[in-house]
Amino acid sequence: MSTVVASEGSTYLPELPVLRITPPSRWWVLPAGELWEYRELLYFFVWRELKVRYKQTAVGAAWAVLQPLLTMLIFSLFFGRLAHIPSGGLPYPIFYYSALLPWMYFAASLQNATNKIVENQNVITKVYFPRLILPFSATLSGLVDFGISFLMFVAIMVYYRTEPSWPILMLPVFLLLAVLTALGVGLWLSALNAIYRDVRYVVPFLVQFWMFASPVVYPSSLVPAKWRWLYGLNPMAGVIEGFRWSLTGTGYPPSRMLLVSSAVVLVVLVSGLMYFQKMETTIADVV
Amino acid sequence: MSGPVIRVEGLGKRYRLGEGLRHTALRNLLGDVLRLPLRVLGGGGRASHAPPSAESPAANAPADAGPAINGNSRFIWALKDVNFEVRQGEVVGLIGRNGAGKSTLLKILARITRPTEGHAEIHGRVGSLLEVGTGFHSELTGRENVYMSGAILGMRKAEINRKFDEIVAFSEVERFLDTPLKHYSSGMQMRLAFAVAAHLEPEILFIDEVLAVGDASFQKKCLGKMNDISKQGRTIIFVSHNMTALRALCTRLLWLEAGRVKESGDSAEIINHYLQNHRVENLESIWNDASTAPGDDRVRLRSVRVILPVENTDPITVHTEFRIEFMYWNYMPGSVLNVSMILNNLEEACVFSSISDFEARPAGLIRHTVEIPGDFLNAGSYYVNLHIVKDTSIGVLFHKNVVAFEVVESESVGSWYGKSPGVVRPKLRWHSEATGSGDCAVSTAKNSVTPSPV
Repeated sequence: MSTVVASEGSTYLPELPVLRITPPSRWWVLPAGELWEYRELLYFFVWRELKVRYKQTAVGAAWAVLQPLLTMLIFSLFFGRLAHIPSGGLPYPIFYYSALLPWMYFAASLQNATNKIVENQNVITKVYFPRLILPFSATLSGLVDFGISFLMFVAIMVYYRTEPSWPILMLPVFLLLAVLTALGVGLWLSALNAIYRDVRYVVPFLVQFWMFASPVVYPSSLVPAKWRWLYGLNPMAGVIEGFRWSLTGTGYPPSRMLLVSSAVVLVVLVSGLMYFQKMETTIADVV
Repeated sequence: MSGPVIRVEGLGKRYRLGEGLRHTALRNLLGDVLRLPLRVLGGGGRASHAPPSAESPAANAPADAGPAINGNSRFIWALKDVNFEVRQGEVVGLIGRNGAGKSTLLKILARITRPTEGHAEIHGRVGSLLEVGTGFHSELTGRENVYMSGAILGMRKAEINRKFDEIVAFSEVERFLDTPLKHYSSGMQMRLAFAVAAHLEPEILFIDEVLAVGDASFQKKCLGKMNDISKQGRTIIFVSHNMTALRALCTRLLWLEAGRVKESGDSAEIINHYLQNHRVENLESIWNDASTAPGDDRVRLRSVRVILPVENTDPITVHTEFRIEFMYWNYMPGSVLNVSMILNNLEEACVFSSISDFEARPAGLIRHTVEIPGDFLNAGSYYVNLHIVKDTSIGVLFHKNVVAFEVVESESVGSWYGKSPGVVRPKLRWHSEATGSGDCAVSTAKNSVTPSPV
């Protein structure tokens, strides 16, 4: 037995992966190859999150529908019926639910990503894997809830006999933009929260403030046209308007706003990746 | 010959003292920024002796946020100038006191933290077992946890699928596989966790003190498994305080002290050097001057000594028979005195107490000697507390930890490398015999036993 191993040793040694452990320096590189290698672990983190989230809850994954549904009803009643916010001719349930779809995904992903590193600190200090997987998993697991609540939206559309037209083909673009926004901001927040625990308390306010800075409860047409490009600096403004337009076919396609949003997302995402990986080198010593 | 699979060159890791301060750094920063206007407005008052520029947040930073910029005293090198190579199939043990850098070295090799200087090169797939049950979640079932923990430790899903039955069989928790982990006993959790870890198949394995947890049979299983792994030609780096396990499993030891490699080489040799350096032993306490010796005008302690058999100068093993001698000056001629010795172990638990004979003692030096039989104490460190008692009930002198000694394992029993469980390890008389066909009534009635034809 041992002689077999010894003779094998010299032959298979050159094929073994070589790992170099060095002081941190090249932190701006996106370790795409390594992430791909660890894709199964990413899947397991998403899977665990979904499993754990709805264990010991009475209605389980129905919360993914109940949350946007109840919020939509409250918005429709107070902002719609009572405050008469213009909805561009759309029934209020459709007007609000189409915005809540991306917004709730975004808000949940942010809060989830913020706590990800701290939540998993016992794993982080005991075993190596690319830490980027953690904020990635927070962003991806939110997509499952998004999918479930999207089914509810289809039901609402059927109820109001609204048919989507060709702009629906653009939906994946806006969804991608929403995912990238959530990821970019999530990277920043999870890295910051690992070092400054204050961030955890700031995020709920940030989310609330951000919602009012986005066209969730009102249409972006309320914003004066000359400030519209500035408004687009908030990438979620482009995402939400895009969702409304592509799902209902009414309103205007967010063109220039979308360009500004995309540029902002790119900056947030790249800087987030850089900052996260800078933090990653010291994380096990800090958390 | 194959080259080294692990090569470490000039590795060093520096920590900031008070690293925890970074959690509050934001608060300090915010606080300074918020206080700034107040300072500028009311600057003349308290701080009139200092120039205004010294009041800026930047100038305050070193004092408040401490670790930012300061002298070398703020830093500590947990590892410094560590160089070594490990060849394929070697089992290398790391020993050293707590804080010597063993865990830091393992964490750098396992890529959990990064070095400050130097580098390491590792050829092959790496698995690290720095804890039993990494990635376990109490809400998930046993089955789900096998997958989660396996994935975190570096197994592919297909690999876990393939080994799943084997893992479950090894863990002995089949019946509870679909029960959430929170309902498991800690022993069951441990068994399941180790079952997953034991089925990792990397070329290089880093193991940290996994053996320090769990009961004796679990430790035995761990050590047995490690032995198997090393026989398959895989490389292991292993941190432990269990000298017997290190001696039995490791081909080589690295002894770390204060972040540097103090010695490396043959296991038995390094262990001997290490133990000589770290004796808890204090085999005798002697007071030559009666006026300063512990005690009062009734009795004063002269000496307490652990006396080894003449031919035996080596450490006390579990088989060694030895004596403890107590001497004291008696200033109360005619009073009935006896000594009572209380033996405590490292955990401060009382192993036993024993009382000498008591009778009227003359004035002057009195000596008591007690024999501790071989094959009685278990391996470990022991502390002797002494009572001198008058009239069998009145304590006249008490001395805590007057001597200390260490009992070491002599050799491994069978394939078991760890310490035997239990406070004591007496050699008891056992009788074993074959008792025939299995009919109890018949065999107990017989005086002699005929071997059964099996």
